[in-house]
Formats: sequence, structure tokens, C-alpha cells
Amino acid sequence: MAVRARRYQEAKAQAGTNLELAWWVFMRVSGLVLVFLVLGHLYMSNILINAGKVEYTYIAERLSNTTWKIYDWAMLSLSLLHGMNGLRYVLDDWVRDPARRFWAKVVAYSLAVLVFFVGSMSLLNHDFSKGLSENTRLEQSEGTR
Amino acid sequence: MQVTLKVMRYDPNKAAKPGWVSYQVEAEPMDRVLDLLHKVKYFQDGTLAFRRSCGHGICGSDAMLINGKNQLACKALVKDLTKKAGDTITVEPLRGLPVKKDLVVDMDPFFDAYRAVKPYLINDEPPPDRERLQSPEDRARFDASTKCILCAACTTSCPVFWVNGSYIGPAAIVQAHRFIFDSRDRGARERFQALAASTGVWRCRTAYNCTEACPREIPVTQAIEEVKRAILYDKF
Repeated sequence: MAVRARRYQEAKAQAGTNLELAWWVFMRVSGLVLVFLVLGHLYMSNILINAGKVEYTYIAERLSNTTWKIYDWAMLSLSLLHGMNGLRYVLDDWVRDPARRFWAKVVAYSLAVLVFFVGSMSLLNHDFSKGLSENTRLEQSEGTR
Repeated sequence: MQVTLKVMRYDPNKAAKPGWVSYQVEAEPMDRVLDLLHKVKYFQDGTLAFRRSCGHGICGSDAMLINGKNQLACKALVKDLTKKAGDTITVEPLRGLPVKKDLVVDMDPFFDAYRAVKPYLINDEPPPDRERLQSPEDRARFDASTKCILCAACTTSCPVFWVNGSYIGPAAIVQAHRFIFDSRDRGARERFQALAASTGVWRCRTAYNCTEACPREIPVTQAIEEVKRAILYDKF
């Protein structure tokens, strides 16, 4: 016997899956990974270079490298999933009305999908190496430091 | 000294909404809130409804919201709730459970959750000749969670429980903890069915309200975290 379910939604919530356990583990792991990813990002865009001097060429030089593309894409997807799941927790905890909760989630998830799509497109579908010759790349990196 | 006892009263036959009613009561500093409620019920207004049984903090009948904090009326002393004569003590029914009348709430959702975790020894192995022995260390492992009196102070102080009441609640998890960590018990997996659902332990946000509310000083939040860990280690 489970806690008395009055609606289909409640009965579904009580069905025995380990989805919430998986999310709980994901939150901890992604949180830890994100700390290092973001620290690395802060180092590259604030300490390695004066943040006020960051220009397209500096970023493009880094993103023309596949490793850094993967790095940024990992940061994008992990932070979106981590943040949206946190938002899901908040909505589940604070929006009492089931219909409003449903629509709040629809809006939040749609925005997340949109941001993820735009972010992935600009990261993966743009040729960052265009216009960066060997010389300008060296000059730029020398000049900005 | 005189104190004002402000009670959130509700009679579904007379009014649609609950409302405050104040009573002037003669009180000693060492009086319990339960004594004040008795004084009102015996001498001022016999229609006041509240639950109490033993009056000594063991039966768990008289948990209520006293000065905004979940406490047992039989353990809350006037001297701890007032600074001077004439001060006001507020008494409200537990939050998150439907109010039936005055301070009496419907405890059915609470006990549904209690039943869901199967709060009894599960062990199909043939019993030994005399008894299932246990070392003092094994007994100490779940000692804190044996102290629960099912007063519902923890569950009804939990903000997650307030939202829709489908969260299984700290009290049921403490009861599950009492058996999951019992070396004689074999029913952990059966209990995990209710505990690992999305209405189970993963809804806990470690607000610590339950630990503060517990009149038996059970480290409730810690028990919940230990159950989370037990489920985690069972799956990975």
C-alpha cells in the first residue's frame, strides 16, 4: 500500500521508478563537474586575459579547437540540465495548483530547449577558424596579453 | 499571572473559515499549554476541541502549532512562551493536514504514509530457538529513530509536505529508518518502493524544520539522509 493517491498524477508519482534517484545523483555529479568547468572558464576569460579586452578573435581562436568546443558544450548542457532540474524542484515545491505547475514547467522546459538549441548551433555550426590566419592568431594572442 | 490564550478555532458547522478566539487564563509559570487548554475547556468554553491522551509527552496526541512552532502542548511550558504577565500564547492546529474542528486535524494522510513504509519487522528466515539476537552496537544503530511517538510535529512542519501532502513526510521516513537499519530486518527493498518514488525521500530539501520540531530530539533530517544513502548504495 502506498500513500493514498487521489489523482492519476499522484498515482504516477508513486509508481516505483528510480528516476528521482538518478536525478539526485546527476545533481551532485554535474554540480561538482561544473565547479571545475566554470573555474576553468573564469581563468581563461578573466585571469589569462583582461576581461575588458576579450575580443572575437580571442574567443574564436579557442573555439576553432574541437576540445574547447566540447568543453563549452559540456558547460552549456550540464548547466542547463542542472539549473532546469533545480527549477523543477522549486516548481514542484512551491506551485500548488497542478494546472499552473504543468504550464510553468512547459514554459520553463521550452525556454531551456530553445537556449540549448541556439547555444549548440552557435557553438557547433559556426566556423570559428574563418579569418584567423596563422599570423593574426599569433599577433592577437601576443597583443592581448 | 494572567496570560492571553489565542486559539485558532474552526467549527465547520458554524463558519466557513477558521478564526482567532482569545481567552484570559490564570496561569502559573510552570503550567503547560495543555493546562491552559484544559482551563478554557473546563471553565470557559466546553466546545473547544483538541486531542490529548497521556499528557506526558509519550502518546503524541497533542502536537500543535504553539507560538508558531510545532510543539507538544503537554511539554510546552508557560514560562518558556511568555516574558511577562498579560503576554499572548497563540495555538493553532498542525499545518498541512485538513482541520476537522478547532485543534483536531485529520491524521489519515499521515498514517497512510506511515503504513506505506511497512513499519514492522520483515524477516522470512526461520526464527531461532529463542529469539533473534542483536548486539548492543547493532541496536544502537537505529536507537534515535525508535524514539518516535508519531505526533506528526515533524511532518507538518515540513514545507514540502505543505505543498500538496503527497510527500511521504519525515515521520514515515524515520519509521522506515528504524527498520532499514535494524540488523534483524530483511524488508529494506520492500520499503524502498515507497521511499524511492518521486513522493519519497528525494523530495526532502533538508530544510531541517523536522529536526527542530521533533519533541523527542530525534535527528530527523540525518535519518532521512541515511535512508537516501541506503537507497543509493542499494542501486549502485
